[in-house]
Amino acid sequence: MKSRYVTYTIALLILLPVLGAAQTDEERESGRSIHRDGWDRIAPEGPLTEKSAPAPIRDLSGIWEPTPRYRDGVQNTGARNMPSDGRPEHELPFTPLGLQTWKSHKPGWGVTAVPTAELNDPFAGCDPIGFPRIELFNLRAMQIWQNKNQVQIVFQNSQVWRNIWADGRELPKEILESRWYGYSVGKWIDDYTFVAQTTGLDERTWIDNAGRPHSDQLTVQETFHRVNKDILELTLTINDPKMYTKPWTALDKFPLRLQPEWFDIREQVCAPSEATEFQGLMKEAAEEKKK
Amino acid sequence: MKNRVAVLVFASLVLFTLVIRSTSAHHGNAGYDKKTVVVKGTITEWRWTNPHSFLKFDAKDENGNVVHWIGEWNAPSTLINFGITAKSFKVGEEVTVTMDGIAKSGANLGRVTKVVLPSGQELSMGDER
Repeated sequence: MKSRYVTYTIALLILLPVLGAAQTDEERESGRSIHRDGWDRIAPEGPLTEKSAPAPIRDLSGIWEPTPRYRDGVQNTGARNMPSDGRPEHELPFTPLGLQTWKSHKPGWGVTAVPTAELNDPFAGCDPIGFPRIELFNLRAMQIWQNKNQVQIVFQNSQVWRNIWADGRELPKEILESRWYGYSVGKWIDDYTFVAQTTGLDERTWIDNAGRPHSDQLTVQETFHRVNKDILELTLTINDPKMYTKPWTALDKFPLRLQPEWFDIREQVCAPSEATEFQGLMKEAAEEKKK
Repeated sequence: MKNRVAVLVFASLVLFTLVIRSTSAHHGNAGYDKKTVVVKGTITEWRWTNPHSFLKFDAKDENGNVVHWIGEWNAPSTLINFGITAKSFKVGEEVTVTMDGIAKSGANLGRVTKVVLPSGQELSMGDER
């Protein structure tokens, strides 16, 4: 009898740590999207299932994500409304300089895509993504804060922010110093529509992930229209007479949904050390083949 | 004595089962040929990094030589929503990796679409990329 207890005890002692490990080794469901925020909480996604309340007046504040799918703002092949896909209706109105500049760019996506080792995408090395690309590539969650003087947008992508001044000032008459995210001013044109203009953008940035170029003459117009409490639409227009013969619309009423106040915006940072590792792995794979 | 043997056999079976269980994109597709390849291998590293994550694993070719593979997968901010986390893989695990694009250069580099763990659990983004 005593020896039986000893045997049971030994068996239990062997099993306990293994059972413990198995219980903490959570098996998550895979194969379909279950949207989670930065604190691993399951977050709303998909079409809205309930009727929305009316929009608050002159208020863009909140945490917003593309909808119906939170990945709808990825725009790998270029601006959502004008992707680089070879379709005639998506050909941009390039000037000769615009076309020449675009051809000098080597993006990873679109009709002019090259393999990773040949990229000259400034963002591949973690140069700032800049504006308007921050809204035309990997537009994920963004949080808008506002007061009477400004609208501030905090982006998940690159964890950067922009200020849109709404205190009545005008855009700078002269740009003494170009900026990655430019100089922005905005105003309410009605109780639910805020229009922003941005200029003074650094020429080293690309407009989108397909390498569309811009010059120091670029001005960008954003129209934020609060449809109701839960939906915000963003329209973005590019105007750069050096690169394009006429303005073109990059986003056309792109929908974003209001996320709950508890939603934590995930960190999504381009780290130079990781980008270097990425390139190194590509090289490593190529060299391994040569052996 | 008979009971003791039964307990030990049971314990061994459970232990065996549990041990088996417990061991259980800026950059585009231009560098890949559209081709589906399935490779069984042993994980050597799982890098949860931006812009993309990487699963490094060793497999054996037809001559028994070790081949180092790199599987490129989506960004962490996407994978996390599909049940794939920084802790999904452990070095030394035997896995089956499905890739739907292989480097045009001939390098052992592919785009991962699915990984089957020793437990049989499948990690994937389903039909999404």
